[in-house]
Amino acid sequence: MIFTDFLRRHVMMIAVALLATCGGASAQSVEDLVRQLPKGSYSDRAEIVSQIAATGDPRAANLLDALAAGELNVVEATGQIVTLSGRGDPLDAVDALTGESIGEVAKASVERIRVNNSLRRAVRTAVGQLTLMSGDANTRMTAARAMFQAGDPDNVELLDEAIAEEQNAAVLQVMEEARAVAILRSDAEPAAFAAAVDTIAARGDRQALGILQAALSSADADVTPTIEKGIADIQGRLALLDVGQNVWYGVSLGAVLLLAAIGLAITFGVMGVINMAHGEMVMLGAYTTFLVQNFIRASFPELFDWSLAFALPAAFLVTGLIGIAIERGVIRFLYGRPLETLLATWGLSLIIQQAVRTTFGASNREVGNPSWMSGSFDFYGIAITWNRFFIVIFALIVFAALLLVLKRTALGLQMRAVTQNRRMASSMGIRTPWVDAMTFGLGSGIAGLAGVALSQIDNVSPNLGQGYIIDSFMVVVFGGVGNLWGTLVGAMTLGVLNKFLEPYAGAVLAKILLLVFIILFIQKRPRGLFAQKGRAVEA
Amino acid sequence: MITQLFIRALGARLYWVVGLLLLAAILVPVSNLLLPIGHPLRVPNYMVALMGKYLTYAMLALALDLVWGYVGILSLGHGAFFALGGYAMGMYLMRQIGSRGVYGNAELPDFMVFLNWSELPWYWWGFDHFWFAMLMVMVVPGLLAFVFGWFAFRSRVTGVYLSIITQAMTYALMLAFFRNDMGFGGNNGLTDFREIVGYSIQAPGTRAALFAATAVALALSFVICSAITKSKLGKIMIAVRDAETRTRFIGYRPEYVKLFAFVVSAVMAGIAGALYVPQVGIINPGEFAPANSIEIVVWAAVGGRGTLVGPIIGAILVNYAKTWFTAAYPDLWLFALGGLFVAVTLFLPKGIVGTIGRYFEDRRDTKAARASETPDLPVVRPEKPPVRRLPGADASPQPAE
Repeated sequence: MIFTDFLRRHVMMIAVALLATCGGASAQSVEDLVRQLPKGSYSDRAEIVSQIAATGDPRAANLLDALAAGELNVVEATGQIVTLSGRGDPLDAVDALTGESIGEVAKASVERIRVNNSLRRAVRTAVGQLTLMSGDANTRMTAARAMFQAGDPDNVELLDEAIAEEQNAAVLQVMEEARAVAILRSDAEPAAFAAAVDTIAARGDRQALGILQAALSSADADVTPTIEKGIADIQGRLALLDVGQNVWYGVSLGAVLLLAAIGLAITFGVMGVINMAHGEMVMLGAYTTFLVQNFIRASFPELFDWSLAFALPAAFLVTGLIGIAIERGVIRFLYGRPLETLLATWGLSLIIQQAVRTTFGASNREVGNPSWMSGSFDFYGIAITWNRFFIVIFALIVFAALLLVLKRTALGLQMRAVTQNRRMASSMGIRTPWVDAMTFGLGSGIAGLAGVALSQIDNVSPNLGQGYIIDSFMVVVFGGVGNLWGTLVGAMTLGVLNKFLEPYAGAVLAKILLLVFIILFIQKRPRGLFAQKGRAVEA
Repeated sequence: MITQLFIRALGARLYWVVGLLLLAAILVPVSNLLLPIGHPLRVPNYMVALMGKYLTYAMLALALDLVWGYVGILSLGHGAFFALGGYAMGMYLMRQIGSRGVYGNAELPDFMVFLNWSELPWYWWGFDHFWFAMLMVMVVPGLLAFVFGWFAFRSRVTGVYLSIITQAMTYALMLAFFRNDMGFGGNNGLTDFREIVGYSIQAPGTRAALFAATAVALALSFVICSAITKSKLGKIMIAVRDAETRTRFIGYRPEYVKLFAFVVSAVMAGIAGALYVPQVGIINPGEFAPANSIEIVVWAAVGGRGTLVGPIIGAILVNYAKTWFTAAYPDLWLFALGGLFVAVTLFLPKGIVGTIGRYFEDRRDTKAARASETPDLPVVRPEKPPVRRLPGADASPQPAE
């Protein structure tokens, strides 16, 4: 396929070259042709330009561009064609065809090659031929895009030729769009005009909208409805795109909320304990990432792209162990007094925050993105950054893994048993204090994992956790406890709702509205979306 | 009979507290205003304002104790009522500035001129009048508490769920007040006050008067709280705290009991906020921060919840410690505060006053038992809840009990 493409192009070049030969001039090398550029009348030089193009030499495109821009100079002594750079005198000269530096030349020893409009037109046609019919699909694509931006009515014929030859569907599409833009700016007949409007409308992005709006302002009355319909089409599409974009932002926010809240949900579900220090566990996870990255940077810089893979288990262990220590050291003495647990863990959160502030300083710490998490990609017109994308994936993986732990392991079974009926679970021989400690460790460990993820999109500072704690409470309260699906649905709902409210109400008001919504929702369903049923509720 | 003893003990305490507060209300201003500067017994100016601030905090802690200690509602949003009262007072004080602001606009406060507002928003109307502002100081927090409590208590939102949504309430209010277009001065809040009811707010006389007013207000709140808790209603409040479902089955309506306590407490917090603002000279949305509201809880916890005297002592002690720490060891204050949270919940669940009270009760019981010359008689301890054992010692812990 590629080969035939290649062949066709070269056959064409040869044909063009043959035509040029029949025109009278003998076939000459590009170098010779270029040397003839400064001399003769404009019409002769236009002929030379088309011959240069006919050679199909890929270097010629840049040279012709420079010619049209009036940047070509001839060194009077040697006849070399050069482009100049630098300031003052002498200037640095570069061979216009080969791009090789030929050293400094005095300003007086060169002369600019003059161009007029007819020569420029000849150059543009020649460059269009060179690039639009180049063997390389990328070059053709670039050329077609450039023509789309330029939207010059004179390009229509050139594009017609190229479209007739084009095989690559993607390039063909851009060429047709470029042709449509050119037609919109010319005095084409209504049928061609309408077809062009359709082509542009099919493109459907903001740029297309701009083109059509510009066309509308200068269009005749008889084509106005066509354009207006096209504009309406694009606006409909853009509105849909906005919805898609908002859904994505919402899902992305929801994933962050899910990560932050899911650990909270299991400790709350199993132990009925609100862990106010949960946000600080997230923060510690982020700082662990910082330390791991520092270590890797210092010792194994080649592994930097994998630093997050090392940070994940490290953060899970660090925060999980701290969580178990907190449970054994403080919380187990406070069972049956959930409100006081809330206060004690708040106190712990203050201590942890201040300890981190004392150790690492109050300012933000730099955590780097691995190369595979930088940048973004385009998904049907929605720009998606890689780090957000991976965080959504990561949140879902953590969710699935946790679900698996709860459903398939002995610890999970015991945790569910204790959640449903602690006394009965204890009677069946489950060591509930051990289950509590493990649950707390697991919840804190997951907070640590969330911290690794959040270190990629948020500032790593001692206040990192505080920003998420109230939101994660809202997710847990909204989703209900004792069921992880509640947390998932809660996080995603709140995330998407928030992002849909933001354009209308602004970020702050959206958050306020959401809080009010949750406060009202709790009136209706005091135990959240996925409430536990049965006697456990009134325990 | 035992109950009567208890009431009498509290009665004695009531006279002591009210007497001390009234004494302070007289002595501090007298010493500050009449004694010459440099006199060893003179209370310096800054100390008057500082003590006034502590007393407003004490009032706030007392208000919280009424709902937490007696009805079992752990409100993590009491800072919101305090701040709303403060804002109502601040709005009155802003109106008193008149045309003496930076922009010299008699119609609009400075920040509104700065933000290009053309006229006074409707919710600022009436705040030129002191009586209206004082009415709003009580009505706004009371109304919010009534609406919030009406919904929350009727649908039986209890325990940590209630705590979390009260926190959400104050958080939402904080975000709202940070917005410039709310018309409350955005993140700068209200400040640069000049006069209160015609007297310069900076003058030592005004400050002393404000201190005296705060002490009297606190004493009055204490009397009201004592009256409520000692009444039959107070007994039902305690019943709701200890066994809400059972109280409901007996035939009471716990939601109304809770609502009553919540609204009274919110109004009290609002008054405390209104007294706080002129003494501190500023009110800004930071007062709504959830962390502030949780700090109030620790004042009450340190002093001893469910004791009325405890929160007053706790608020003064903790805030004195805060003043001292933030001056001497600013980095250590959060460690100390955090440690206080943990230590109080672990080791002093009844707070200072509660623990001391228990000690005296135990001693009196022992004495009574000895005096009765019938050593076989079991010692009856009044109003003592069963001691909760640590898990592992006997049955497993029961969450959300």
